[in-house]
Amino acid sequence: MAEFFTPTTEQEFAANFAQLKPLMNRTEALYESSRCLFCFDAPCIKACPSGIDIPQFIRQINSGNETGAARTIYEANYFGNACGKVCPTEVLCEGACVYNLQDVKPIEIGRLQSYATTKVIESGKKLFSPGAANGKSVAVIGAGPAGISAACELRALGYAVDVFEAKAQPSGLTVYGVAPYKITNEETLAEMDYLQAQFGYNTHFNSPINSREELMKLENKYDAIFLGIGLGKTNALGLPGENKINCTGAVEFIAELRQHHHEIAVGRKVIVLGGGNTAMDAASESARLGAEQVTLAYRRGKEEMGAYEFEYDLAKGVGVSGLFNVAPLEIVGDDYVAGVRFIRTETINGKVSEIAGSEFVEPCDMVIKATGQAKQTEFLRLIPGLEVDGKGRIVANAHTGQTTNPKYFASGDAWNGGAEVVNAAAEAKLTARGIHAYLSK
Amino acid sequence: MPDLSINFAGIKSPNPFWLASAPPTNSGYQIMKAFDAGWGGAVWKTLGVPVVNVSSRYGGVNYRDKRLVGFNNIELISDRPLADNLREIEEVKKRFPNHAVIASLMVQSRQEWHDIVRQSQDAGADGFELNFGCPHGMCERGMGSAVGQEPKILQMIVEWVMEVATKPVIVKLTPNISDITEPALAARRGGADAISLINTIQSIVGVDIDQFAPYPIVDGKGSNGGYCGPAVKPIALNMVKNCAQHPDIKLPISGIGGIENWRDAVEHILLGASSVQVCTAAMHFGFGIIREMTSGLEQYMVDKGFSTIYDFVGKALPNVLPWEQLNMKYKVMANIHAEKCIGCQLCYTACEDGAHQAIRLNAGTRVPEIIEENCVGCNLCSLVCPVEDCITMDRTDSGTEHITWKERVAAGTAPTEFNDERAGGRHHWVPEPSAALGKERHKTLPGKARVYAGDLGL
Ligand SMILES: Cc1cc2nc3c(=O)[nH]c(=O)nc-3n(C[C@H](O)[C@H](O)[C@H](O)COP(=O)(O)OP(=O)(O)OC[C@H]3O[C@@H](n4cnc5c(N)ncnc54)[C@H](O)[C@@H]3O)c2cc1C
Ligand SMILES: Cc1cc2nc3c(=O)[nH]c(=O)nc-3n(C[C@H](O)[C@H](O)[C@H](O)COP(=O)(O)O)c2cc1C
Ligand code: SF4
Ligand code: SF4
Ligand code: SF4
Repeated sequence: MAEFFTPTTEQEFAANFAQLKPLMNRTEALYESSRCLFCFDAPCIKACPSGIDIPQFIRQINSGNETGAARTIYEANYFGNACGKVCPTEVLCEGACVYNLQDVKPIEIGRLQSYATTKVIESGKKLFSPGAANGKSVAVIGAGPAGISAACELRALGYAVDVFEAKAQPSGLTVYGVAPYKITNEETLAEMDYLQAQFGYNTHFNSPINSREELMKLENKYDAIFLGIGLGKTNALGLPGENKINCTGAVEFIAELRQHHHEIAVGRKVIVLGGGNTAMDAASESARLGAEQVTLAYRRGKEEMGAYEFEYDLAKGVGVSGLFNVAPLEIVGDDYVAGVRFIRTETINGKVSEIAGSEFVEPCDMVIKATGQAKQTEFLRLIPGLEVDGKGRIVANAHTGQTTNPKYFASGDAWNGGAEVVNAAAEAKLTARGIHAYLSK
Repeated sequence: MPDLSINFAGIKSPNPFWLASAPPTNSGYQIMKAFDAGWGGAVWKTLGVPVVNVSSRYGGVNYRDKRLVGFNNIELISDRPLADNLREIEEVKKRFPNHAVIASLMVQSRQEWHDIVRQSQDAGADGFELNFGCPHGMCERGMGSAVGQEPKILQMIVEWVMEVATKPVIVKLTPNISDITEPALAARRGGADAISLINTIQSIVGVDIDQFAPYPIVDGKGSNGGYCGPAVKPIALNMVKNCAQHPDIKLPISGIGGIENWRDAVEHILLGASSVQVCTAAMHFGFGIIREMTSGLEQYMVDKGFSTIYDFVGKALPNVLPWEQLNMKYKVMANIHAEKCIGCQLCYTACEDGAHQAIRLNAGTRVPEIIEENCVGCNLCSLVCPVEDCITMDRTDSGTEHITWKERVAAGTAPTEFNDERAGGRHHWVPEPSAALGKERHKTLPGKARVYAGDLGL
């Protein structure tokens, strides 16, 4: 039985995709901020990839200085509001909160963070302004968390910045990939507007950089180029039947969902292939779109899934069921998907092997492949001297983000291989400093 | 079942819990409701020539998310006609003959005092409380704390009252004075039967930082008010103790100030009070709090084997000594119970910055370690630790030696010179001042910069 009716209006969609971390009101923020112990050398700060001074901003909220709190957050992380809502806080700051060791509920750091940032975004209160122009300019490719964060920091340092983005909106996967129950499009874009209003970088949307010629133009015009291109499309499975109608990649499915909400169709019986966080998201999202049955199919055992436990719990909570130790062999059906032929597997000494003769067909009318995002290998080949590692990740200096082509710098998914918004934001801020160090030589 | 009843200087009450003279005792309606709920007595809102109050009267002190840890008011005495109050006193006494109804009084001339005492007596009041405490409004008219701060005038007024009073007279003392025993002694000399303390403490409870005016705000202005509520209990307890220990006062004490639950009441009683009065807690939570107070007191008495209140009135007094009589050989040391520690390191930063640099952090663990040679046994770390019983202060001396400051002075072993070898901190290790510089600077950097601060030379 489906847990959710198929949403047909924006209101129904919003109800099915209700925010997991809704905005706090003043009283809630006061109560929650009052609980923070103001730990010395706080473990929550260390667990935050962007190193936000959490006890400091919580104390600022508590004393009624929300503006100061927002400044503390943004000084460390330009995606402060988005991160408060979309970060996997259970395994980051909140997971490190000392209260866990006392079996007391950890401080709701994420929600407090978004409480403070929402205040300044809504009031439009300026916290930053561009630095005095230094006469140099940087091109940023990609307006995701990495690209926008780099743009902000570079503007603060006095650079002229042009951001080139293939899509029509900024924030990358924050608005095209993250689950809608984590953050709304409006919230995401409001933060983007807020940042742009303060830092004044130029954005060029619907402007993919795809050729050597375009890159050469940039190389000639700008003093440095920042790559914040993220990852690519969903990896192909290489299975027969993969191009049948209603067999789609998770990233593509979610991008549609984020843009068209209830207007996109989901199958009645959906099979999601994969065991990572994106698989959990796609499964949850299918259920919330009204699919009657959603099955997560994973090659190994439940314990071996890459997804965070809380993400799996979230999927289970909306009625998703798990099918473990099965490998897909073929997508069956005529033009349309009709099922997946699986073979059972077993894991012996960490190695997965198929059990001969255990094949079966699991019927369904939609398949979502959450089998990882491909790297932007082709695009990266266009940059002379730029090395990628064995996994297709850009090779760059850990502290400065400089790639093996000294004019190019990189951060975010394209460099780390796929992490979270917070990692991209933190890395890009540092890399902007790296660019500054390089161009100040 | 223990007996909670008291006989306070001749005023009988089924339990020691009285409502203090304040808004909760403004009317017969409220007092009947309170008695119905279980209160033992009530001191009527102060009677006198009825006043006119301003609008916006109270201010609060909130601590983080806790409301009204302190409370202040700029209200005056009763604004109701005396006749109405007296009629209602009579009505309450008829309905509740065994409960204590005490008339709080504040007037000016001898004649007025005589008149109001006689009329309250006729109305059936069980006793009087002379309000020499109000620290605002009334004192500017030569009443309230203006009297409480002048022992001679206080004594004279008590004498006037004693000329006509046939019921016990309690003198309510103001804490707005440096030595509370002076007015208490004056009350005794004037012939009073008991004292009650404390009234409110002159205060400004806070300032509106946008309007630049003190709370509570009356048309953009404010005035000093009277402070009470949980925050004032420590001041009240000390004053109660001072009066209870004074060899010449020897009057029953009604303890007032910051009483909100049975535990607060027991503390007042252990320091010498034999009835307690409550105002702020009743204004905050209503009369219903009495159920917790009586049941808690009863349970405490059962647990301790006390059969009446008098079994423990002043029981802590022998243990309150002047500082110079404390045993200087007694030593405690902080002991961190690692299995309970949650690694907040509040103890570390408290001792490091606020005490004696006697706690160190070690690599690889968040559990701090006590540097035994440096711990002076001040308690600070155990007070800031958020985990119950995680830092205990354990006794380290043999328990066989005893010497006080007084004895050391007498024996000539107390430090007397600026650089005396016998000073307490003489052999105490203190880090070099310059070792402090930059020690925690990386913590002031924004974001990830703190991690790479060294590498990038930020
Ligand atoms: C389904 C899904 C769910 C996720 N959920 C979460 C979550 O809940 N919480 C979380 O913290 N993280 C989540 N993430 C991860 C997070 O979204 C990414 O780590 C983060 O967005 C990476 O930022 P980025 O700037 O490196 O790349 P992206 O966000 O991918 O941004 C790259 C941008 O570059 C543009 N671009 C690429 N190539 C070009 C080109 N050649 N020319 C011009 N523009 C180009 C793209 O259009 C895109 O806008 C999720 C990811 C996915 C896929
Ligand atoms: C609003 C208000 C009005 C008060 N009015 C009187 C009064 O008329 N007469 C009096 O003796 N004390 C008055 N008090 C002082 C209280 O009786 C009491 O001494 C003081 O509040 C401390 O007790 P608490 O901390 O338990 O509230 C008043 C207190 C408040 C808060
Ligand atoms: S660990 Fe928890 S309690 Fe400590 S500072 Fe961080 S949020 Fe506050
Ligand atoms: S204050 Fe208590 S819990 Fe915190 S580090 Fe010290 S001993 Fe541990
Ligand atoms: S008792 Fe005082 S001196 Fe000793 S460790 Fe604790 S804070 Fe430091």
